Amino acid sequence: MKPNRLTECGNWVLDRFPASKFWNDHMAQYYAPKNFNFWYFFGSLALLVLVNQILTGILLTMNYKPDAKLAFDSVEYIMRDVPWGWLVRYMHSTGASAFFIVIYLHMFRALLYGSFKHPRELIWIFGMLLFVALMAEAFMGYLLPWGQMSFWGAQVIISLFSAIPVIGDDLSLWIRGDYVIADATLNRFFAFHVIAVPLVLVMLVFMHLVALHEVGSNNPDGIEIKESKDPWGHPVDGIPFHPYYTVKDFVGVGVFLLFFATVIFYMPEVGGYFLEHANFIPADPMKTPEHIAPVWYFTPFYSILRAIPDKFAGVIGMGGSIVVLFLMPWLDRCKVKSIRYRGGIFKKALFLFVISFFALGYLGTQPVTPLATTMARLFTTIYFGFFLLMPIYTRWEKTKPVPKSLTKTHSLEEQFHALEEQLPALIDEITDIKPVNSEIGHPAFKSTFFNRRPNPKGIAHVISRFFKKLVESLD
Amino acid sequence: MNNKGVDKTKRQFLTSALTVVGAVGSGYLAVPFLAQMQPSVKAMAAGAPVEVDISKMEAGQLIRVAWRGKPVWVLNRPAEVLETLKTLDSDLRDPLSNESEQPASSKNPVRSLKPEIFVAVGLCTHLGCSPTFRPEVAPVDLGDKWKGGFFCPCHGSWFDLAGRVYRGVPAPTNLEIPPYRYITDTRIMIGESSGEKTA
Repeated sequence: MKPNRLTECGNWVLDRFPASKFWNDHMAQYYAPKNFNFWYFFGSLALLVLVNQILTGILLTMNYKPDAKLAFDSVEYIMRDVPWGWLVRYMHSTGASAFFIVIYLHMFRALLYGSFKHPRELIWIFGMLLFVALMAEAFMGYLLPWGQMSFWGAQVIISLFSAIPVIGDDLSLWIRGDYVIADATLNRFFAFHVIAVPLVLVMLVFMHLVALHEVGSNNPDGIEIKESKDPWGHPVDGIPFHPYYTVKDFVGVGVFLLFFATVIFYMPEVGGYFLEHANFIPADPMKTPEHIAPVWYFTPFYSILRAIPDKFAGVIGMGGSIVVLFLMPWLDRCKVKSIRYRGGIFKKALFLFVISFFALGYLGTQPVTPLATTMARLFTTIYFGFFLLMPIYTRWEKTKPVPKSLTKTHSLEEQFHALEEQLPALIDEITDIKPVNSEIGHPAFKSTFFNRRPNPKGIAHVISRFFKKLVESLD
Repeated sequence: MNNKGVDKTKRQFLTSALTVVGAVGSGYLAVPFLAQMQPSVKAMAAGAPVEVDISKMEAGQLIRVAWRGKPVWVLNRPAEVLETLKTLDSDLRDPLSNESEQPASSKNPVRSLKPEIFVAVGLCTHLGCSPTFRPEVAPVDLGDKWKGGFFCPCHGSWFDLAGRVYRGVPAPTNLEIPPYRYITDTRIMIGESSGEKTA
């Protein structure tokens, strides 16, 4: 067949720009392990949210005014008078929280399956830098609406820098550009939020992906698929990213958008967690709100700051809680990657860590009371214990043998079938059938009904069995 | 071309020299780039003194005025408050204000020029929240130890009604006292000291 004009045109471009090589290297011939599960949705979702933030952010800058006198009103103007402005703004504000949800799950996946370990240390470091840049981006963005929470949140966080000995006061003055949070601060935060940090984010995403595609993806079994290859040089346990994982990720995108849209349309403030109530009052430098708390995604670190009764030590503690994460690849001495084959002590430690992270997150949203402070100190100890004791407890971990190739996991459908079979027996166990004499109707037709009633003994049995299984699974 | 190979020392020298020149040049360029984020002349010029009329203040009343964009409190302290202040020294971190910021004229136990009228910058010395004014004794939420004072809602720091910080709270020093002077008995000028040098 004679090549038509279109193909010729395509070839002309491809001779000059290696688009198809790029596509093959990173999509169509990038081999990913075939056993990715639920936890592997969040990388692509983070990319989706990043695109959402950039698009909605560009639209918002078209009507927003980075000026202390105009900022608050311009946000209300976007909400009320700009066509579809409310939607764009809610997509942006919900996107910020969604970004952190997705990133926290993405990071937890790395802890579960040891994705930060050799040879993926740099992927983890780039990822952690992304996390820090994301926190800076979110913090600066939060000042822009110029509400009460924006103002006092920024006041507190910038004051953190003044705790640094010697240079602290000059440094916080330099960051603010004024002696208090003022127009100069708002204007420069706008510049950082809109152009400087997003550029850094995009660059780091690029480096994160380049590093990932160089060494290849980890997987729930934590074994290197590149070690066993078929005669054509492809990993036996690998499948091309496109179409297999693009299709899988589309399902994840669909489910994610379902939740995302629900929040945007029905509960954009999420009870004061995504958009705090005090931020609907314009910034007032004379008066701090009765109760100030950062947005939910900063609260675990904020709790650590509050738990330490010394200004400088508190700042060090808060910074340290993020720095220890960077050190994960070197703190964890266990050679086995995946939690499936790791020892009980790591599972228990990770379990405690997750609990302390949630507890610190909750405490950070609450006012200071003596009890809350004691609890925050306890959980701060657990948080740091998880990391700093890791070189000790992972060294003597009793691991299970790691398979040579990927293990078969039960598909969701099979799991549903198994559950369906067990369900009637379970219902029989937790309920009792009791005859009930009916008093209604004519005595001649008097009949007996059978009623199902919950059986406390059976429920206790089921619960104790569940916990026994849980404890077993931790070993 | 000779058989001895290429003499690389000259190009090595040129490369090093260029690197040094480049680094020095970037260093010089960094100065204006970083310095332009310092407070502008306009921001430094703002900060004119503020005059406050205290003739209508009742005992126990607190008023807030803005000075250099910061909240400044003026509090009229009744006699019983001044009595309470004398009993607190053992609970305070710096009762004599040796490590705190104030004009020398206010470096006394009640931290003011005249004992009744208390003037302070209303920003917590921890992380800059504005503490709430809680003059009542032993309220339910703060407990029996509370003798009236300023409570910072952000991180739970306690100050007494002379702005002195309690022990065991995050704030490191007492509240800052701005320079101020009496123009007449009922008028205060905040931001100007009474002739003496401020600390």
